[in-house]
Amino acid sequence: MTPEQTEQTETTGHGDISVGVAGSGDSSASATRITPGNALRPEDIALEVRTGLAKPTEDVAEYALRLGDDALILAQRLGHWISRAPELEEDVALGNIALDQLGHARSFLSYAAGLNDKTEDDLAYFRREHEFRSAHLFEQPNGDFAVTIARQFVVSYYQFELYRRLTESTDATLAAIAAKAVKEVDYHRDHSAQWVLRLVGGTDESRRRMIDGFKIIWPYVGELFVDDELTTRLAEAGAAVEPSSLKADFDRLTGEVFQEAELEVPEVPFAPGGGRRGQHSEHLGYVLAEMQVLAREHPGASW
Amino acid sequence: MSPHGNPEVPASSAGAVESSAAKVPVESHTEGGAAGRNAWGLWEVFVRSSRGLSHVHAGSLHAPDAAMALRNARDLYTRRNEGVSIWVVPADAIASSDPDAKGAFFESPQGKDYRHATYYTKSEGVKHL
Repeated sequence: MTPEQTEQTETTGHGDISVGVAGSGDSSASATRITPGNALRPEDIALEVRTGLAKPTEDVAEYALRLGDDALILAQRLGHWISRAPELEEDVALGNIALDQLGHARSFLSYAAGLNDKTEDDLAYFRREHEFRSAHLFEQPNGDFAVTIARQFVVSYYQFELYRRLTESTDATLAAIAAKAVKEVDYHRDHSAQWVLRLVGGTDESRRRMIDGFKIIWPYVGELFVDDELTTRLAEAGAAVEPSSLKADFDRLTGEVFQEAELEVPEVPFAPGGGRRGQHSEHLGYVLAEMQVLAREHPGASW
Repeated sequence: MSPHGNPEVPASSAGAVESSAAKVPVESHTEGGAAGRNAWGLWEVFVRSSRGLSHVHAGSLHAPDAAMALRNARDLYTRRNEGVSIWVVPADAIASSDPDAKGAFFESPQGKDYRHATYYTKSEGVKHL
């Protein structure tokens, strides 16, 4: 590929975002070629929103905020593992997953921001705690590696069922974001399930920690599957998915992993939740303080 | 299969090593590694960048078993869209030539230009050469 061609590829953008991934073909592939690939990027969504090609309804914007905040807070949590994972390779794996989640967050927030002519940064850095719509699961502390894996396990199986269905949303932008995200989340399922099996089947210590991890995380499963007026309205319009409709598949598929690991599904009462209404646990404030401090100290700064 | 993979089974490029046997660590790799620490074994990674091309050595990594080695390889060596297929091989399963035997091993072909097609003159009347 000549430099001119490379440049052209970079500037032509990615076409109709409702299509999601546009095939680019492999005919010009060489042994050393590295390309960014051709897929929906958050920048494409921001552009569509800026130029008025895509604009969310008030309901869809609120829904996108929920999904975006889930992914954003998780990305921030996972980022903390960088340089702290048990092995260098796992460091990179968790970092990759964090970046995937950040990409989803940027897409959803860029879209949500289109409602009031804001940007993803306005939403990420300049909202206060009670304005965040993430569920409590995502803000739970990393704990030890097993707690993080337990959280990843719940998140990835939940998000997979959600995004899989959201690819058929009547809202073209939500569908396109979900189509890109579902493949990445599918890998996150595999990553967490592999680790659950290994930690449970490893040493007595790793088994004990994995079981403890599930006990710590499982109370926050309930909130993920609670419907409210917004999701009911959007589901009736075909734009979104009722959270409760994901529960059966979530239970069945996570249950299969528990069965393979010869573990009982944790029996713990569910925590009350409230994240979707802006009521958060004591943890979110600290996450936001760290995430937002630079942008708030130096508004508009770039590098 | 849905367009988004098989919802029943998490994505995995490691179908062939899904069996439980693949989760058994390669014992010889974990013994005495890194000053007696219970370290993960070393694996060599080969990536094929495109259909029709060969797998090329990309580097190495640590992993507890083959299934995890494939996943780590995916995360470490295909982050920038480099590959369509990955092989991982336990590093000590590779027999390599002795660098000190370079003379005996690799200098013999030098000067033997009759081993190259260009050494020979084309016979008259032969077409399509």
